[in-house]
Amino acid sequence: MVESLLDFLHIIFGQIDTTHYLVLSTIVFSIGVVGVLTRRNVIIILMSIELMLNSVNLNLVAFSDRLQDLSGQVFAVFVITVAAAEAAVGLGIVISLFRNKETVNVDQIDLMKG
Amino acid sequence: MEVFLFYTLAAILVVFAIFTVTARNPVRSALYLVSALLGMAGLFFLLKAEFVGAVQILVYVGGIMVLFLFVIMLVSVREVQGERRANRQWKTAVVLATVLSVELIFFVVGGADVFRTEAVKQGVITQIQTANTQNVGQMLYTNYLLPFEIASILLLVAMIGAVVLARKEL
Repeated sequence: MVESLLDFLHIIFGQIDTTHYLVLSTIVFSIGVVGVLTRRNVIIILMSIELMLNSVNLNLVAFSDRLQDLSGQVFAVFVITVAAAEAAVGLGIVISLFRNKETVNVDQIDLMKG
Repeated sequence: MEVFLFYTLAAILVVFAIFTVTARNPVRSALYLVSALLGMAGLFFLLKAEFVGAVQILVYVGGIMVLFLFVIMLVSVREVQGERRANRQWKTAVVLATVLSVELIFFVVGGADVFRTEAVKQGVITQIQTANTQNVGQMLYTNYLLPFEIASILLLVAMIGAVVLARKEL
């Protein structure tokens, strides 16, 4: 029992592995999922999406480090590009929504709800 | 040292990510997200990806988050005391997200043997160790030239789309 606990601690605090980064990115991604699914404010939902995209970047860079291959980092740069485009368009939609509906709460935006 | 740095940055990242998702005020949420993204940039530096870390700070923290703050200012809705910040399905959502994260962590940890670092690192070209930015740039302009150009077109389209969407008469 004690030995397995020591083993566990050694794995956790021994050397930083790719798995550490993967678990961290999983946790951050899940926090982003919670944000997207539970919040009412559109802007905070967009920020949670940014969080999720960033956690995927962490995965890409961690694997780039492990495989000693730069493609992962190049793809991380592309993901950042797409995130920037997504943020610009998303915020444009938020502005035009606010102009028409005077609200940024998702449960009051039900124009297409039949 | 690496262990200490990793856990410090990971703690910063996770704590500020939780604050981002739970904060009541959108401005605070954005500032917490800035801190979380800086922690993430530190992790990129720790992984010897200096270029991605610098791009993260410049584009995310310097560009996207400023855009977010501007939009929050433009659409500033008055803070209503005691207004719900979560929507109606939040209980289901939390349960589903917990299930998802447990499942993902289970698979990642279960497959940890595949990700042992020592196995791969020796004997392979060390193009990451030296002049990271130069190598990433070279790769962008040779192997990934077409995606690079497509990304620039995507940015142009997104810019035009944002301008059109935010116009007065739509």
